[in-house]
Amino acid sequence: MTNLSTLLHDTRTRQIGLQALLLALVAGGVGWLILNTAGNLDDRGITGGFGFLDRAARFPIAESIIRYRPTDSFGWAFLVGLGNTLFLAVTVALAATVLGLGVALARRSAHPLTSGAATVYVEAMRNTPLVVQLLFWYALVTLGLPNIHAAFTPIDGVILADRGLYLPRPVIAGDKGPFLAALLLGLAAVGVAWRYGRVQSLRTGIPNHYGRIAILSALLLLGLVWGTTGLTLSLDRPVIGRFNATGGMGLSPEFTAVFAGLLLYSAAFIGEIIRGGIDAVDKGQWEAGRALGLEEGRILRLIVIPQALRVIIPPMTSQYINITKNTTLALAVGYPDIALVAATTINQTGQAVEGILILMLVFLTLSVTASLFMNWYNRRIALVTR
Amino acid sequence: MRGIGKRLLAGLCLLALTACGQPAAEKKPAAGGPAGASAAVGGTLKAVRDRGYVSCGASTGTVGFGAPDSRGYWRGLDVETCRAVAAAVLGDKDKVRFVPLTGQQRLTALQSGEIDILPRTTTWTLARDANGVNFTLPNYYDYDGIMVRKDRGVTNSRELDGASVCVQTGSTTEVTFTNLVASVAPNLKAVIFDSTQATRQAFFSGRCDALITDASGLASVRATMASNPDDFIIFPADGKLSPLTPAVRHGDDQWFDIVKWSFQALLMAEELGITQANIDEMRNSQDPTIRRFLGVEPGNGAALGLDEEWTWRIVKQLGNYGEMFDRNVGAGSPLKLDRGLNRLFRDGGLMVPMAFN
Repeated sequence: MTNLSTLLHDTRTRQIGLQALLLALVAGGVGWLILNTAGNLDDRGITGGFGFLDRAARFPIAESIIRYRPTDSFGWAFLVGLGNTLFLAVTVALAATVLGLGVALARRSAHPLTSGAATVYVEAMRNTPLVVQLLFWYALVTLGLPNIHAAFTPIDGVILADRGLYLPRPVIAGDKGPFLAALLLGLAAVGVAWRYGRVQSLRTGIPNHYGRIAILSALLLLGLVWGTTGLTLSLDRPVIGRFNATGGMGLSPEFTAVFAGLLLYSAAFIGEIIRGGIDAVDKGQWEAGRALGLEEGRILRLIVIPQALRVIIPPMTSQYINITKNTTLALAVGYPDIALVAATTINQTGQAVEGILILMLVFLTLSVTASLFMNWYNRRIALVTR
Repeated sequence: MRGIGKRLLAGLCLLALTACGQPAAEKKPAAGGPAGASAAVGGTLKAVRDRGYVSCGASTGTVGFGAPDSRGYWRGLDVETCRAVAAAVLGDKDKVRFVPLTGQQRLTALQSGEIDILPRTTTWTLARDANGVNFTLPNYYDYDGIMVRKDRGVTNSRELDGASVCVQTGSTTEVTFTNLVASVAPNLKAVIFDSTQATRQAFFSGRCDALITDASGLASVRATMASNPDDFIIFPADGKLSPLTPAVRHGDDQWFDIVKWSFQALLMAEELGITQANIDEMRNSQDPTIRRFLGVEPGNGAALGLDEEWTWRIVKQLGNYGEMFDRNVGAGSPLKLDRGLNRLFRDGGLMVPMAFN
């Protein structure tokens, strides 16, 4: 009989046993927390559940991408908040990537003034808390800009004041159907021609102009359709009313502050990531490029960046996730993101646990989605090994 | 095992909202026995006595209602409502700790047991009352007000249409704002903030044309933050009353009673003409109502699970409601609020002292 003590001294059995014990402890802890919470809520007469999501929200949301009225439900208010959060996160991520690339190149510049300025910028942004920066930008926008009644209007229709930036809104009148169809057709044609041109030039080694020709002909087509269908373009100019500017399109101080703050903060980090990636590419690659007679810009674009991307993508993933999570700080300056909606909902309904759960679930989903996308992109650009 | 679990939970309280309440054993009121007989072993009362102080929810700074003065001593009408409970239960109005809470933290803090009483300017509403909170009786009758600069020439909500209004999230004024948009001023624009300070700063920086909140809060803001208070006017938003009411947690009726009657003692003292100055003479009064109120004839204290001198201590240490009002928000304060609806019923107000027998 292989007795129990042999089994007890078996490394494999012991490892499995330990892991099972650990898992049981964690599961037990979580279960106990859930039960205790439910018990406490019950003791205090708080009704749980997500039934409140159907009820009318009855609180205002200052600005939104998705249409919202206070008679809509709490559930819809969450969606509206999510829309604002996504809009903020995506615009900031795109702009910060572009600005970050600029910062990285500036920091690597041989010109001492350029690289010095970039270094000061990066250090200033990285070493102060984000929420302080947001409050700074907000104070700058609301205190630094003139009152709406003494607004700065450089040209007719552009109003800059402590109520935000207002611009004329283009209004296209007439039957827009054919024009939109032509636009889609043109875009598709340009895409195909561009790709075909690239494949051809790679195969034959001779540069061609298929892409450019496609763009020109698409523009010509659009102009033709515009002229024949009789579309007219007019501008809806904002005017200063008794209290606020009305008409046109506006950028609120809250959005401006949170966008500027998040952008400048994130661009500093992204700049460092990109710079690190470019520095990681061996000097010999540059020298080889020069030996082939390529210009600096083309060496960067064709040789260095494709190699640097492999170093850049993984930390960029966390940076994009950070941007998404940092959007919750928008509530400090009054931009109605999903965190502000959740905070208001919790207060109006008293459903704290449910509100926080929704918030956690939303951000988990966003972060995991961003992560999956970036992993896919990473695999796509990874060095192909045979 | 449960004790260890509790400590473990306290450590795990990353989500302060989930389960960080008082231990289950302490929050249940004593079961069985006729009312009064079992009261001495109440839940919150026992916890407060063991701890040695009452934990009060305070605002993040509304002068007149609850704010620390230059020496860090908390003053205000709501603060003193809480001090009255401390005087009744622990014998000293200073055996209190104030937990500053924002509009949106306050109810969660009360539900989760972080504080014993929420006396800060909270409007009594159905949704709040039905969800883990018990409201005692109003300690201040207020209305939602709107403050604007005088030079804008606006005197009512209708004329304000098209303006930007600074609103604080987590307040009933959000609902009032929505009602205004639906009824008289469809083009009002909200600018919504999470913190009181941010909301007020945005108003004074010129981001908004108007600031909406309780009229009492507006008076406090005007008296303390405006460089010239006369430049601003305050008018009612929609003319509806908001009774600001101290609240306690569901589930402890004895504590509910103590908080309710500690405030009632302030009203009754005013009704009976008892002040901080004359209370010791009043103890010799032959009036049976006064004798019973001050515990010279015993009974009231025992019924609540307190000693018989609790009302005497409240009035001795804090004065009556009228004195408290004058000192904090009335004629004797920078706010100079009219007593208005907050007069006693016999003087034409809404404050009704309940019978102490």
